[in-house]
Amino acid sequence: MTQKQTKHKKVSRRDFLSNAGLAGCGVGLFSLALSSVVSEAKGKLPADAIRPPGAIEEDVFLSACVRCGLCVRDCPYDTLDLAEIGSTSVTGTPFFNARNIPCEMCDDIPCVVACPTGALDKSLNNIDDAKMGVAVLLDHENCLNYLGLRCEVCYRVCPLINEAITLESSANLRTGKHAIFIPTVHSDKCTGCGKCEQSCVLEEAAIKVLPERLALGQMGAHYRLGWEEKRKHGESLIENQHIYDLPDRGYGPSTTEGVAPPSGFPEKTQSGGYKGFKP
Amino acid sequence: MSAHIANGKKYPGASVVEQKGWFAAYKWLILRRISQALFIAVFLVGPLSGFWLVKGNLASSITLDILPLTDPFIMLQSLLAGHVMEQSAIIGALIVTAIYFLLGGRVFCSWVCPVNVISDTATWLRRTLGWNKAGIRLGRKTALWIMAGVLVTSAITGTIAWEFINPITMLHRSIVFGGFASFGLAWVVLAGVFLVELVGGDRIWCSKLCPVGAFYGLLGKFSILKISARKRSACNDCMDCYAICPEAHVISPALKGEKDAKGPIILSGDCTNCARCLDVCSEDVFEFSIRTRNNLDDASFSKEGAEESTKRAA
Repeated sequence: MTQKQTKHKKVSRRDFLSNAGLAGCGVGLFSLALSSVVSEAKGKLPADAIRPPGAIEEDVFLSACVRCGLCVRDCPYDTLDLAEIGSTSVTGTPFFNARNIPCEMCDDIPCVVACPTGALDKSLNNIDDAKMGVAVLLDHENCLNYLGLRCEVCYRVCPLINEAITLESSANLRTGKHAIFIPTVHSDKCTGCGKCEQSCVLEEAAIKVLPERLALGQMGAHYRLGWEEKRKHGESLIENQHIYDLPDRGYGPSTTEGVAPPSGFPEKTQSGGYKGFKP
Repeated sequence: MSAHIANGKKYPGASVVEQKGWFAAYKWLILRRISQALFIAVFLVGPLSGFWLVKGNLASSITLDILPLTDPFIMLQSLLAGHVMEQSAIIGALIVTAIYFLLGGRVFCSWVCPVNVISDTATWLRRTLGWNKAGIRLGRKTALWIMAGVLVTSAITGTIAWEFINPITMLHRSIVFGGFASFGLAWVVLAGVFLVELVGGDRIWCSKLCPVGAFYGLLGKFSILKISARKRSACNDCMDCYAICPEAHVISPALKGEKDAKGPIILSGDCTNCARCLDVCSEDVFEFSIRTRNNLDDASFSKEGAEESTKRAA
C-alpha cells in the first residue's frame, strides 16, 4: 500500500494524461458497444404488445421503467406480463396482449398506483382517459357486420359503448333492402383496453388494438377543414368574396339555346355555371 | 506449518476442517448461500402462497406494501437518461444505499446477487480442474470503465442501458416471474455467465466486468462494516485466505500492513465482505469490524494463540 502510494505520487503528467486517455477510450469503446445493443433492442415493441395504462411515451418509457413488475403483480386480472428474454418485446418490460387478456379498466388503476418510477404516469386518475392504444377494425372482408350480419360483439363489450365504438348504418347493396352496421372506433374516446379484440368472434380478430402510431393517420399541419373553420368563425369565410364561377362541362345534359333544361336541374347563371353551386 | 502447504493439492480451508470440523470451515459460505436463497425465496412467497411478502424484483420491490427498495445504480442510470423517478423509488434507493453504506458496498455481490453462486461454482471448478491460468487477465479498473460506459450510454440513448443485458436482473426476474418451468433463455444467460467465469478468466465477470459490482465497490470505499485482520500477528502464512478470496489483492494491505504502520482493516471497496477468509483461516486472524477500528493497537495479539501457532509451526 505504502509502495503504491509513493508510486502514485510519482505519476508524471505524461503518464496521467496517457492513462486518462486510455481509460477514456475504453469507456468510449464500451459505450459504443452497449449503445448498439440498446438501440437495436429499443423500440422493438411489437404491434400486439400493448403497454399498461398511463405508460409514458415509448421512446422515454425505457428511461423510466426498471422492469420490476410491480404493475404486473398488482393487476387483479393477470392482464400484464413482463416480456421474457429473447421475446419480440424489450426484455422484462410490462405489456399485455389484448386478444389473450384485455385491460379491464379498473377504476382505481392499481397498476399505475404500484409503479414506483413514474413509467406509468400517476397523473392518469380516470381510466377512461387512458391511451393504451386505439382499436382498429382492420379486416373489412371478414368482419361479420361488414358482411351485413348483426354480430356487434365488439360494440356490446366496449366499456364506453356508443362512445368509443358506434354503429354507423349504411345501405346493404347486396340485399338491396337491409342495413349494414359498421362498428366505428372513435380514437378520442377509445382507451385501447382491447375488450373488443378479445371478444371478436372470428378465429382471428377483425378488430385489433394497435399503438397510436400505427392506428392513426396524420393530416398535414396546414390542412383546414372548411366546415370546422366555418363553425369556428360563425359563418362561411368565403361568402362575400368574389368567387370565380367557371362554366362547368359534363355536369348535366348539354343544353342548347332555347331548349329548356330538364326539370329539377339547377338554373344557369350568366357565366355559364349553375346557381347555388359552391366549390 | 499446516500440512496442506506441503501437499499443494489440498484445498483452502483444509486445515480448518482438520482442526475444527467441516462446519467451521464453511460457516460463512453456508450463511451466504442461505442469504442468497432468501433473496429469491422472499420474492416467491407471494406468487406461490398468495401472501405478498415482497413484490417486484431486485431492480425495485416493495415489502409488505410498506418498505420500498430500489437499486440505486438503476436509478442513477434513469436519472442520466433524463427521468426523475417518483418519491417511492427515490426513498427506496436511499434506503438501499444506506444499507450498503452500513454493511459494505459489495455485500450485494456476495450476499444478495444470484450470479455470485454461478461465479463461485465456476471458480471452484477452475481450481479443482487446475484451470486457474485459463482465460485473460483484465485490469482491476476495467469494471469501473464499464460502469462509466454504462452511465454514458444511458445518457446518450435515454435508456436505463445496463438493464438491456444485465444478467443479474434477468436471472432474478426469470426466477421470480417465470419460475424455472418457463425459464427459457434465462438458461442461456446463466450458461453464458458460467462459461465466461469458467474459461474467460479468474472471477472475470464479477470482479473485472460487472458494472453493478463496480458501483457498489465505490460505495464500499466509504462503508462502515469491514473485515479486520485483527489477529494478523497470528498469521502463519498458509495463504489460504489469498486462495479463497475473490478479490485477493484487498488482503495484503491489512494482513501484512504492520510493517508499513497500517491498521488491520481491509479498507478496499473491492472487498465483498463474503467472509470466506474467516472460514478458511485456522488461526482466526479475521473478524468483522468497523472501519474506524483501524489503529495499529486495534490489531490485538493473542499471546496464547500465537504460542499455539508457533508450537504447531514447530
